[in-house]
Amino acid sequence: MNLAAATNESLAEMSNVLIYSSMAVYTLAFLAHIAEWVFGSRSKVGRTAAALTARPAAAAPAVQVQVRQRGGATAVLDKPQVVTRASAGARDVPDGPGAAGGDEKGDLYGRIAVSLTTLAFLVEAAGVVTRALSVQRAPWGNMYEFSTTFSTVAVGAYLGFLVARKNVRWMGLPLVTTVLLDLGIATTWLYTESDQLVPALHSYWLWIHVSTAIFCGAVFYLGAVATLLYLFRDSYEGKLADGGTPSAFARSVLERLPAAASLDKFAYRVNAAIFPLWTFTIIAGAIWAGDAWGRYWGWDAKEVWSFITWVGYAAYLHARATAGWKGRKAAYIALIAFACFLFNYYGVNIFVSSKHSYAGV
Amino acid sequence: MSKTETSGRDTERDVTEAGSQLSTAPTEELSGPGGPALGALGWIRWFWRQLTSMRVALILLFLLSLGAIPGSLIPQNSADELKVRTFKEEHEVLAPVYDKLQLFDVYSSVWFSAIYILLFVSLIGCIVPRTWQFAGQLRSRPPAAPKRLTRMPVYATWRTDAAPEEVREAALALLKKRRFRAHATGDAVAAEKGYLREVGNLLFHVALIVMLVAFATGQLFKTEGGKLIVEGDGFSNTLTQYDDIKFGSLAGADDLAPFHFSLDRFTGTYETSGPQRGTPRTFEADVTYSRAGGPEKKSVIRVNEPLEIDGSKVYLISHGYAPVVTVRDRKGEIVYQAAVPLLPIDNNITSTGVIKVMDGYRDETGKKVQLGFPAFFVPTYAGKGHGQMFSQFPGLGFPALNLSAYHGDLRVDAGMPQNVYQLNTSKMKPFKDAKGDIFKQTLLPGDSMTLPDGAGSITFEKEIKEWASFQVSQQPGNGLALAGAIAAIAGLVGSLFIQRRRVWVRAVRGDDGVTVVEMAGLGRSESARLPEELAGLAATLSAAAPTAPGAAEDAAGDAGRPDGTGEADGTGEAGRSEESEKAEEAEEAEEAPAEGAGK
Ligand code: HEM
Repeated sequence: MNLAAATNESLAEMSNVLIYSSMAVYTLAFLAHIAEWVFGSRSKVGRTAAALTARPAAAAPAVQVQVRQRGGATAVLDKPQVVTRASAGARDVPDGPGAAGGDEKGDLYGRIAVSLTTLAFLVEAAGVVTRALSVQRAPWGNMYEFSTTFSTVAVGAYLGFLVARKNVRWMGLPLVTTVLLDLGIATTWLYTESDQLVPALHSYWLWIHVSTAIFCGAVFYLGAVATLLYLFRDSYEGKLADGGTPSAFARSVLERLPAAASLDKFAYRVNAAIFPLWTFTIIAGAIWAGDAWGRYWGWDAKEVWSFITWVGYAAYLHARATAGWKGRKAAYIALIAFACFLFNYYGVNIFVSSKHSYAGV
Repeated sequence: MSKTETSGRDTERDVTEAGSQLSTAPTEELSGPGGPALGALGWIRWFWRQLTSMRVALILLFLLSLGAIPGSLIPQNSADELKVRTFKEEHEVLAPVYDKLQLFDVYSSVWFSAIYILLFVSLIGCIVPRTWQFAGQLRSRPPAAPKRLTRMPVYATWRTDAAPEEVREAALALLKKRRFRAHATGDAVAAEKGYLREVGNLLFHVALIVMLVAFATGQLFKTEGGKLIVEGDGFSNTLTQYDDIKFGSLAGADDLAPFHFSLDRFTGTYETSGPQRGTPRTFEADVTYSRAGGPEKKSVIRVNEPLEIDGSKVYLISHGYAPVVTVRDRKGEIVYQAAVPLLPIDNNITSTGVIKVMDGYRDETGKKVQLGFPAFFVPTYAGKGHGQMFSQFPGLGFPALNLSAYHGDLRVDAGMPQNVYQLNTSKMKPFKDAKGDIFKQTLLPGDSMTLPDGAGSITFEKEIKEWASFQVSQQPGNGLALAGAIAAIAGLVGSLFIQRRRVWVRAVRGDDGVTVVEMAGLGRSESARLPEELAGLAATLSAAAPTAPGAAEDAAGDAGRPDGTGEADGTGEAGRSEESEKAEEAEEAEEAPAEGAGK
């Protein structure tokens, strides 16, 4: 009986208000991002189209070397410098200037957008935490709770990359757009009153397995966005290299994105870094299934699609090490793998009957 | 343009050469579709080479995930035979086709097995030579420096007054200190680091095989049986006591571990209010168990917490109610008294079943007759006149038992397997009420129903027991599977986070007598931190072999840079776009030495 602790209704209420508030702030962030892109498109500063023509051996910024000498004084040596060269066969194109395109006003709006996103993230995270407090358990008992946590983590990861000074500001607009979409779906179709868990979910594996699954999904999502933009940017660069003229839209928008090579590298690193965690997630799920249902692997629909997603990402990693499959083909595989992840989440929860059917819809 | 193209190709070749044996990945032979013309042996060899190539591994991985899809959309025998039967009834045209394609047993089908067996043959065929090759690489030394270090992806150079031999010695010491495998060859030092990447990768792929073996062992040797137990009853782990039991192909009744357990009490609690009213909150089975001849111990089995006895695991699977009923004959003597488990048909545990009185009852002529009472039980009754008799709540709020009664031959002895929860009415006749309808009554606890014509009575006792059903499974190989899984993750982490890379340091006396130091680095495809690392190495080495004064004019434009105080921060991705202006300026500055050295 003690497990069925009474739901704290005022906390649950507060959680809902916080989630709606975060949606309002995300909407403002969305508008600010739009302003950033619009002002950026008017700007002619920082345009790098000319630089897109391939260079034989471009170089990275100089590496300044500081050597501490024995006496304690610091001497700056102007050499040696490290020169990097793009891998053979790759286009050597610099990154675009970003959404603001070097425009001061655009940049201001961009910064406002990032600040608003941070605020929305904090509000949303508070919503998730109060939801958890209201039921005194991990806030991952149904699809509404998965969705809100999922977008919180995705935005958190994005802000984490920004804090680590990675070049990810280009991600702002697509991310905020999809977060709004995700929250809209969550609050309208997937909404479930805050409540206790069914006995099958009473396990510390819920904390382990579901938290890593959500984290993997959120970061895979960032990878998928980068992959998708890579495909666009790559064909844009390809067209330029062949002497073609991309459409005005491509020239304005794609030109401001990082180089295809940078996007590809970002996507690879994200996917590769998360793949072991995803492997762990599946294994943790199998151990839990072993405790809950008496078999650790039973080809239940959810298990099948986790496996397919896993094989998909393994295929992606293999493709990148296989001649003739690098680049665009590998990118398609990564997108298919992420689509499998999404299907596992929405498709299996809603359309397929599965033992994992506590989606709450 | 054409000039850069050829130099690009040269560069590519140089890089490929310098990177040979930097991994153990099979080399891609982009041979055309045509096979060899070498007879059977040639074909076998060709086939084997194809099978163990990365390309085919990739295709097999694809097929594996594609092949797994139908099993998640079409009902599977392994998961739910009932659903398969319903599906077959609903799809008369499709079902036979699906049957032929083994789509109701995807994961044990011939074609699915073929895919993963091929994949694992490919995997073994890939791992063995790669392990050999890797052992060879560990025994040999990193390859000597390529002729043109400038063509490597990461490059640094400076001039120094130190003698070339001194520089090489310092470089060798430095690289060894940084735990590179390094040696001096000719005018250069060659070094390599990150072999653990390969170890991790091989470990991961071997772990996949271990997991498959563990999985297969589990399937072959497992036993899995089900048993329904009413509170107060017990169970001994022998073949005859099971309601149903399945054995893997290599397991048998002898493998059952001898133990005993009894269900003392089952507790289920449910949400009592709100929109989720009726949702289960806790299920607990209090049990007493003992090993063969051992002392008795108490334990609690919950949904996520099976009881482990002697390598067998006992899981709590489902539960329901077992009302206690007493049947009396015409003389008022008790002929039957038991808790009768009834099967739930909905989430509120509306339950059905049959009370079967096999013997002890005689009719008015004194002939032996059997009785059957189809029962409908609801733990929480809506009350008379409130629609149908379905339960309103899964807990025991207002229990009611609806019974009708049959007499005749239950046909239990007819040798046919019979479902204990169903009544075979072929040789049974219903008792009728005064109007000629089937005799039927709804009882509350303590009520009795008197059969027509003084044929006896049945009492719904106040005590209502619960039952729980358990799955007892014994599956060897779980430990192995877990070990494989942990090794797989460890291997993956090694494989994906460790960079394998080479560094060369060349020091030669230039024409003017000043020593020229060149450093270059090459990594396996994605080597993000290599420039940073090389910068650090160059910084340390140039402390031992300081830049020669007067060499500054070689790198025009650099000496006077005002912002030259930054730390060695590698190629700073962030710097590239966020400060694109600065980056461009820097790029222009870089081009001069890079090209100069290349010529
Ligand atoms: C059960 C199927 C397999 C799975 C799930 C799998 C998975 C993986 C993963 C996740 C990686 C890491 C990728 C990386 O290091 O970048 C990898 C690398 C690799 N796999 Fe597999 N693999 C499988 C079968 C095979 C087979 C059959 C071969 C041989 C043809 C193979 C050869 C390799 C090689 C050579 C690498 C290293 C690539 C590199 O160094 O970048 N794998 N595999």
